[in-house]
Amino acid sequence: MSAPIIELRQVHKWFARFHVLRAIDLSVKAGERIVICGPSGSGKSTLIRCINRLETHQKGTIIVDGIELTERTRDIEAVRRKVGMVFQQFNLFPHLTALQNCTLAPIWVQGLPKRAAEEAAMRYLERVRIPEQAHKYPGQLSGGQQQRVAIARALCLNPKIMLFDEPTSALDPEMIKEVLDVIVELAESGMTMLCVTHEMGFARRVADRVIFMDEGEIVEAAPPERFFGAPENERTRQFLSQVLAH
Amino acid sequence: MTRGHAPNGPPPLPRGPIAWARRHLFNTWYNAILTLGALYLIALGLKAAIGWIIVDAVWLGGSEACHAAKGEGACWALIAEKHRFILFGTYPYEEQWRPALAVALFVAAVGLSTWRRLWSRALVVGWFVLFAALALLLHGGVFGLTPVSTELWGGLPLTILLSVIGIGLSLPLAVLLALGRRSSMPLIRAISVGYIELVRGVPLISILFMASVMFPLFLPEGVTINKLLRAQVGIILFSAAYLAEVVRGGLQAIPSGQYEAADALGLGYWRKMRLVILPQALRLVIPPMVNSFIATFKDTSLVIIIGLYDLLGAVRTATNDPLWRAFTTEGYIFVAAIFFVFCSFMSRYSRRLEQGAGERRPQ
Amino acid sequence: MVERPPGGAWVWLGSRGARAIVYQTLVIAALGALGYYLVANTLDNLASRNIATGFGFLDREAGFPIAEHAVAYSPASSYGRAYLVGILNTLQVAAIGIGLATVLGTLVGIARLSSNWLIARLASSYIGVLRNIPLILQLFFWYGLVLALPGPRDALEAVGGHVYLSNRGFAFALPGFDSVHAWALILVGLGIVAAIGFGIFVRWRQARSGRRLPVFWPAVAFTIGPAAILFAASGAPLDWQRPALTGFNIVGGGRLSPEFFALVFGLTTYTAAYIAEVVRAGILAVPRGQSEAALALGLGRGRMLRFVILPQALRLIVPPATNQYLNLTKNSSLAVGIGYQELVSIGNTTINQTGQAIEGIAMIMAVYLTISLTISALMNLYNRRIALKVR
Repeated sequence: MSAPIIELRQVHKWFARFHVLRAIDLSVKAGERIVICGPSGSGKSTLIRCINRLETHQKGTIIVDGIELTERTRDIEAVRRKVGMVFQQFNLFPHLTALQNCTLAPIWVQGLPKRAAEEAAMRYLERVRIPEQAHKYPGQLSGGQQQRVAIARALCLNPKIMLFDEPTSALDPEMIKEVLDVIVELAESGMTMLCVTHEMGFARRVADRVIFMDEGEIVEAAPPERFFGAPENERTRQFLSQVLAH
Repeated sequence: MTRGHAPNGPPPLPRGPIAWARRHLFNTWYNAILTLGALYLIALGLKAAIGWIIVDAVWLGGSEACHAAKGEGACWALIAEKHRFILFGTYPYEEQWRPALAVALFVAAVGLSTWRRLWSRALVVGWFVLFAALALLLHGGVFGLTPVSTELWGGLPLTILLSVIGIGLSLPLAVLLALGRRSSMPLIRAISVGYIELVRGVPLISILFMASVMFPLFLPEGVTINKLLRAQVGIILFSAAYLAEVVRGGLQAIPSGQYEAADALGLGYWRKMRLVILPQALRLVIPPMVNSFIATFKDTSLVIIIGLYDLLGAVRTATNDPLWRAFTTEGYIFVAAIFFVFCSFMSRYSRRLEQGAGERRPQ
Repeated sequence: MVERPPGGAWVWLGSRGARAIVYQTLVIAALGALGYYLVANTLDNLASRNIATGFGFLDREAGFPIAEHAVAYSPASSYGRAYLVGILNTLQVAAIGIGLATVLGTLVGIARLSSNWLIARLASSYIGVLRNIPLILQLFFWYGLVLALPGPRDALEAVGGHVYLSNRGFAFALPGFDSVHAWALILVGLGIVAAIGFGIFVRWRQARSGRRLPVFWPAVAFTIGPAAILFAASGAPLDWQRPALTGFNIVGGGRLSPEFFALVFGLTTYTAAYIAEVVRAGILAVPRGQSEAALALGLGRGRMLRFVILPQALRLIVPPATNQYLNLTKNSSLAVGIGYQELVSIGNTTINQTGQAIEGIAMIMAVYLTISLTISALMNLYNRRIALKVR
């Protein structure tokens, strides 16, 4: 492993007067799996949304796979093609079928033939175990199924990096597992991923590094054994005692 | 949470008018072009408008002064000369303090009613009493007031009267129609749907024509009702259909749990509606009801078509005077300004209600 | 149920079904009685005024002129014919008004959402002013402005005498007919077919190879290219029939009357203010997550709008916009105030001349109801087709 695939140096961001990200330094190696946790409002979603520039940072540098994120639209779109994103609220396009959701970007962004795009999409839908739902509309699917379609949609662009923004927070408890299983499988295949989540069991199982954020700062970053076993920071300990209490 | 900026962190955004303009007017090249183009057009428009409305306008004097300045500036002398007629129509000149007082009382009452604290049953009763009093004030014949026949009523008081009574009296009918439309009895539902869709499908003018030419045919020989009352009935029947749909929206928004809870308490249909459902539903639809009121307020100006002299009718009559005929535009602008003030006040108020809905609950 | 005295009849009356029957019977009886009373009175009144009921009057000679008619009409034509002219005039105003109001309303609605503060402010002032002044007043105002224009002798002239604006309306040049025009039109028709064929080819090629060709400009070229070449090659025979001042009036070319001009202008600007709000609300109602997801997939702004935002916004915009179209159609009846002769105006004249109030108003209402119900039915069909599928 050589140069990091994602590199953030001294990244700052403000929402109006509110300082959401403070001097973030983070570098991610290809194939690394990172779980980010922290109390709500700590800036963890904002952090990963900066990586594909759904949010703009105001200070510092972000480099993704050799491309620095600036105002240049061309660069931004190039980065977005390499980075897949899965949202908390799925954000599937309700007027398109599951299959069409998956083929839209390959056809229009990558210029794939429709047939090829559909075949690839079917492969990914099989991988998330819902090929039989391909011709249904998002409104006809359960939350867990929708989130799996959303994962397939992101994978269809063959991304090098996957971002997960609390992928299971909007799901009913019985559906969390089916989605996590898919993500675990993806992790095991060697995909670089950053996942914001409160699922600590998942973090223990797949993460190479767990990052704890609070008030816009990275408070602690450590491999799961050390993170859960012997957290260094008081704030981390407090947070863990709250999440792991039940 | 606030710890100030990070050391040597920049202030998030530069402040000051130049930074503001950069962000909001010149943030992209096409926005810069749009801004400059719009500024140019605004400057042209303002220059022409200020010249016509203020600098070259004739403020006082007779129509000769206006004719002398024809084309250059507005003739506000028309308003100076005719404003009493425009505002109060053919109401006897010496008695015009009465409609003036009525309008003042109305505006005061509206002002009071916008105050949420005062919303209560008493306020509704108060409005009925107020309107009876205002009608009495205009009509005269008691307390030593000279009687003034309704044929002579006109101008702003007429506009207000027609629209407020129109909405006030159409509400009960609208509630019945809305309940009917949601009724489980097929005939009742069919009648309500038929009425609502029929009225909403045709223009108000056709209803007003109906009121003016067909009502007289409906009544037994020898019984006549005056034109004002006919127009009023037409407006009530018309706005009831629209208001019924508004009320229906409120009824649909009440969660079914409320109906079930009322049923579980053993309340009959009418009690359930009166005590549980309607109070909530009507409260919910106050903002759209204000919008209906604005629509009715604007619509009343159509009575001019059947020969009543509301604000618009009065200004048309005023500028029919051969001396002033060239200056109808000024008259229209004056009346438009009055309508604009009333309507935009109400629409702003309804928007505020919408935004603040459910905000001020007792803690 | 609260206590009731026991007994067969009471129990029966207390049941829900029975009560429903009783209520409905009572309402019908009351309505029937009211109807009977009104009809009886009306018949009495008609008899005493010697007015015959029925639609026989439609065949009689109308005797009044109609300035603008899409089908042949003269005062010697029948009332029925006059009604037909009125209906056509109403439909014409409505169709033109709807088209223009849609374009203007969409522009203003998008301007209202602009990131440019000044543009957004201008759009919202436009909406505020137009919505808060009665339409009839606006029509009077515009009509007054048109009438205040200089007379035909001093008409405002533009485009080198091709366009005249005066208090007699808006006169414009029309190209005189030439056989080349017909051929050019045929070529445009063929061009459209070719453009559609090209679109299908591009799609087919994309599905096979993934390579995409531009569609829009080639389609434009296909549509107007051959016709333009033919037109230019044959020496661009236009032979403008220009309006010209003859005596006291401007004749020749095409002409829009001041009434028509003011009516369409007023209806368009007024309705556009409402459509703008509909468009704005529709676009705003598409959740932000949708555009974020599209951007995250690397779709640019243009494709995001085309494939994700617009299809969803349209679903929300079309039903309320149709409502505004219906309002515009109904509002066209205000033409009676400025003397453009459409359905209501002609109906009113007919009623005044014949005294056939009931028939006259019934016909007006029937036409509007037909239009309203047809459009609502089409709308329901459309809504059912585009409704998002949910469980």
